[in-house]
Amino acid sequence: MVTKLGAPNQEPLTSSAAASDTPGAPPAPGPAIDIRGLEHRYGELAALAGIDLAVPAGEVVGIVGPSGCGKSTLLEIVAGLREQSEGTVAIGVPRTAPDRLPACALMPQRDLLLPWLSALDNAALAPRIAGARRDRARERAQPLFERLGLAGFESARPGELSGGMRQRVAFLRTLMAGKPVLLLDEPFASLDAITRAQMQSWLAGVLADDAHTVLLVTHDVEEALYLSDRVAVMTPRPGRIAATLEVPSPRAPDRAAAVTSPRFGDLRQRALKLLAGGAS
Amino acid sequence: MSTRARLVSLTAPAAVILALLGLWEVAAQWDLLADLLNIRDFLVPAPSEIAQALWEERALLAEDAWVTLREVLAGFALALAAGLGLAVLLHLSETARRALYPLLVASQTIPIIVIAPVLVVWFGFGIVPKLLIIALICFFPITVNAYDGLRSVDPELPKMLRTLGADRRQILVRAELPWAAPFAFSGAKIAIAVAVIGAVFAEWAGSNEGLGHLILVSSGELSTALTFAAIAVLSAIAIALFALLALVERRVVDWREEPSR
Repeated sequence: MVTKLGAPNQEPLTSSAAASDTPGAPPAPGPAIDIRGLEHRYGELAALAGIDLAVPAGEVVGIVGPSGCGKSTLLEIVAGLREQSEGTVAIGVPRTAPDRLPACALMPQRDLLLPWLSALDNAALAPRIAGARRDRARERAQPLFERLGLAGFESARPGELSGGMRQRVAFLRTLMAGKPVLLLDEPFASLDAITRAQMQSWLAGVLADDAHTVLLVTHDVEEALYLSDRVAVMTPRPGRIAATLEVPSPRAPDRAAAVTSPRFGDLRQRALKLLAGGAS
Repeated sequence: MSTRARLVSLTAPAAVILALLGLWEVAAQWDLLADLLNIRDFLVPAPSEIAQALWEERALLAEDAWVTLREVLAGFALALAAGLGLAVLLHLSETARRALYPLLVASQTIPIIVIAPVLVVWFGFGIVPKLLIIALICFFPITVNAYDGLRSVDPELPKMLRTLGADRRQILVRAELPWAAPFAFSGAKIAIAVAVIGAVFAEWAGSNEGLGHLILVSSGELSTALTFAAIAVLSAIAIALFALLALVERRVVDWREEPSR
């Protein structure tokens, strides 16, 4: 069992490794993402054809699109795991892939928890990689671990956790990297509808406490509209942005009320129509 | 497993072994086997006579067992270090893989029995040729299994670790090696079982001590009871080493038995 930090924790949800330089000050929103004329090809196959997309600092932009439209490729490019074939990606300033890597934290579609590590050690992976000793890394992860409702499961192996808990550990691992930009690749796709709704409210709460610049890829229109300030709808492969929808009041505390409001219904209709139009 | 099932799983093989020993005892005591094989009856020792030899020659057997055990452990350790090292090298370097993998497979087509005398000519009667022969036998299953384990790593894992700032070495240490550990253990368990056979080959090729040497000498002197006693000790060593390795595996690879979700 790991030592728990005593005081009830209400500090902002940034890891201690994070970018907030001045303690007590409102968390820095992080740099903006600016993608211009982005194209990507796998050999002959065009995956992305001309993406222009901007994420203002501290905002959440959702990307919805049919399967295989290149959403995951787009995130891997922004994360710096791939170099694009054409176009520029700026995170604050224009950067090549190796320079984007340290600026972005990517939460992959599958949780990819290491089965031989405890839940807490999985969450504390980034500080460990950065060279922190095990006790120190655990100490850093512990307050957030408790904030995310995982207290008591510190020493549980991933195999012993529920799907929702595994996703939260994976999210915490991403957050603990202390990067200003979060790239979320269908973070809740593997969960059942009820757990997914809970996790969306929970993520909304986390982002309200601590703003990040977020690019959220999902195929769930409702998830995108609820969590994002703006939703970009992509066409089937080769992916382009068909349209961008502004969301008036994202991340409302009462998720159930928000997603059943008439205005939300209208937005969903428009998004679905755009998705269907792209397919025809 | 229920207590009842566990009891059955332990008693069933024991009962079979006891029954076979009983049959053997009867056949040997009444000279049935010797008559069948048309040989002198003292050449077919009964299990009770083997047990007697085990007891009376215990000092000699222990001494030779210790020699063989040392050879096995040292040879196995050498194979483990070389095998894991080569597996990592093959995994990390495309050039090394192309250059060495065919050679690795080819090395297994050379019969060890043929090489053993040559190694004795080169390195003498000491421990070195034994160590090399045992290592040559153990090396292949360890390398191939560990390499397969490293190759089977979920391709998304290195990507995830790169986004967390890991370099190539950290990806290897934090994800690939633990991932490959169960595979490496499978290879090591095969290796330890054949290591004992390797030790006997090595001692037959040239040695004046060890259980393999004792088997050769005692059967030459027609002391078949002692031959069987040495075989029993040899077999016990192999089983004990295998069990020990399986125990270590359970302690190290402790994440596999849990439900996957």
